[in-house]
Amino acid sequence: MESSRTAAHPTATAALVAPGRTRRFRGTHRGTGRPARRGRLLRGLTPWLFLATGVGLLLLFTYWPAVNLVYYSFTDWDGIDLTKNFVGLQNYIDVFTDPTIFRVFYVSLYYFAASFAQMAIALYFATILSFSTRFSSLFRGILFFPYLINGVAIGFVFLYLFQPGGTLDTVLSWVGVSDPPQWLGDPDLVNWSLAGTSVWRYTGMNFVLFLGAIQSLPHELYEAAELDGASRWQQFWAIIFPGIRRVVGLSFILAIAGSLSVFEIPFIMTGGANGSTTFVIQTIQTAFTFRGVGLASAMAVVLLLIVLVVTWIQRKIFPDEKVDLT
Amino acid sequence: MSIATRPRSGLTFGMRVRSMSAQTAKYTSLVVASIVTLLPLTVVLFASLKSGKEYGASGPFTPPENWFNLDNFVTAFTNGAMLEGFINTAIVLAVSLVGTVFIGTMAAYALDRFAFRGKRLATGLFLVATLIPSVTSQVATFQLINGMGLYDTKAALILLFMGTDVIALYLFIQFMQSIPISLDEAAMIDGANRWTIYWRVVLPLLKPAIATVIIIKGIAIYNEFYAAFLYLPSQGFISTSLFRFKGPYGAHWEIIAAGTIIVIIPTLVAFLFLQKWIYKGLTSGAVK
Repeated sequence: MESSRTAAHPTATAALVAPGRTRRFRGTHRGTGRPARRGRLLRGLTPWLFLATGVGLLLLFTYWPAVNLVYYSFTDWDGIDLTKNFVGLQNYIDVFTDPTIFRVFYVSLYYFAASFAQMAIALYFATILSFSTRFSSLFRGILFFPYLINGVAIGFVFLYLFQPGGTLDTVLSWVGVSDPPQWLGDPDLVNWSLAGTSVWRYTGMNFVLFLGAIQSLPHELYEAAELDGASRWQQFWAIIFPGIRRVVGLSFILAIAGSLSVFEIPFIMTGGANGSTTFVIQTIQTAFTFRGVGLASAMAVVLLLIVLVVTWIQRKIFPDEKVDLT
Repeated sequence: MSIATRPRSGLTFGMRVRSMSAQTAKYTSLVVASIVTLLPLTVVLFASLKSGKEYGASGPFTPPENWFNLDNFVTAFTNGAMLEGFINTAIVLAVSLVGTVFIGTMAAYALDRFAFRGKRLATGLFLVATLIPSVTSQVATFQLINGMGLYDTKAALILLFMGTDVIALYLFIQFMQSIPISLDEAAMIDGANRWTIYWRVVLPLLKPAIATVIIIKGIAIYNEFYAAFLYLPSQGFISTSLFRFKGPYGAHWEIIAAGTIIVIIPTLVAFLFLQKWIYKGLTSGAVK
C-alpha cells in the first residue's frame, strides 16, 4: 500500500555498506612530482568535492527538517508567529488522547487489510504467469500499467466509477442489485472503496516484483518436480513460495509503513470527508489549514517513530536483504 | 520468461482433462483481471468522447456516437490550463533529472572509488536518510522552503526532487561496482586526474544506470502530486492542473474525463516504448 511513499529502502543498505572497495588506489598517486603535503591535502579533499552537493542537499532537505520537526513538536508554534512557546510534551499527549486525532490510525487498518488482498492477487498472477502462458507479456503489461498512472488521474477514474448511477452501479444493476449504496458517501463504506482503489493501483507493482523473483529461481527445480509428477499446486508450495518468501515478507512489512502514510487517493477523491481522513491528511490539515505546526510536528514525529520501528523490525527479520530481480 | 513444459504424451486421459480445466481457469482469471483493470479506464475514455448532452442522456457503457469528437479535449487543454501544467512539469523534470544524475553519479563515484576520512560518516548519512519518510517531514520542510523564499517557485520543487534521492545514489553505486577498477587505473597511469576519470571513463560507462534512474524518477516526477500541491500552489503542474478540474467542472464529467485521458496518454506512450526498461528499473531499484 502506497509503499512507494516510504523511503525505507533495504537494498540501499547492501550497496552502501559493500565492503572491500576502498584503498585500491593507494600508491598510484606517487611520483607525480607535486609537493607531498599539498598533494595529500588535495587528495583528501577530492572525494569531498565530489560529495559536496549531494551531502549538502541531503543535510539541508532531509536532516534539517527532521531536526526542526522534533523542535517544533515541543512548541505551540502556529507557523507564522515569531515566538515559539515551549509546551513540553503537551502536543504528544494531544496526539494520543484527542479522539479526533487518534481515530485516523484506525483508518489505516483498512488499507493494511487491503494490502493482504493486494499481495494475494499479485502472488497468484505472478505464479500463473511464470508458467508458460499465451500473451503473457500482454497480460503482464495490463496488470502492471495502473501502477504508472498519475494519482490524480486514478482518483478521477474511480470517482467516476463510484459515482451514484455510475459504472459500478450499472454493473451491479445487471446482476440485480437495484439499490446500490453510496460508495464514497457512506462512512461505513468509504474506506473500503478507497482501499479498493489503492489495491487497483498498487497490485501491479507487487506483481512485477514477485514475478521477477519467481523467474530468478532455477528452472531445473521445476523440471525435476515435473518429472516427479508434482502438480502446479505442489510446485507452488514446495518451490515457488519458499523461494520468494523473503520478497513477500519484505513487501508485507513495508505495507505496514505504507498503510500509515496513505495520502494521495483519499485526499484526491474525498478530501478526507466521511471519515476517510488518513494520518498524513490529518497532519497536513493540522499544519496548514488549522495552523497548528507544533501539534502537526508531534504527529509527524509519531509517524516517523512508527516507521523507524517497523524498519528496525524488518532489518531484524531480513538482516541482509538483497533483492536483485533484474 | 516461461518455464518449459514437458511433452504431455505420457499423461493419462484424466490428467489431460484436469490440466485442460486448469488452463481454462487460468485464462479466465487473467481475462477477468484484465477487464477489472481496463474497464474503469475504458468508461472514462467513452465519457471523454461524448458531448455534454450525449453524456447526460447515455449510460457509462454506451459507446460515444462520434469516436472522433475531440471537443472535450480541446476544452480541457485550453480552459483547464493543462498546457501550463505540461510546460512546468517539463521544466522541473528536465532540470531535476540532470541535477539528480550529476549529483548522484558524483556522490557514488566518491563513495565507491575513494578511501577517505569521513567516508563512513557520509555513507551513514545517506543510509539513515532512507529511513526518514519524506511525507512526514513536510511540515518542517515547508517552513524551510518558505524561509528560503522559494515558496511557490519551481526552484522549490527542483531542489526537493534533487535533494532527496538516495535511491538513485544506490543504483549508481550498485552499477559502478560492476565497472572494473582497472579502467580507472589505466586512465590514471595515462595521467588523467580524478575529474577526467569521472567525466571520461566512469560517467559514459554508467549510461544504463543513468537511463534507469531517468525512467524511474521521470515517472515519479510526472506523477508527483503532493510536492506540487504544497509548494507550487499558484502555477499548474500536471497533477495539480488536473486536480483543479474538480471545482469548476464538477458537473461536467465529460471534460474531467478528457483531462484524465490527456494525463494518461503520455504515460501509456512511455510505457509502450520503454516497457523493458521500466520493468527492469522498477524491480532493480524499488523494493521500497
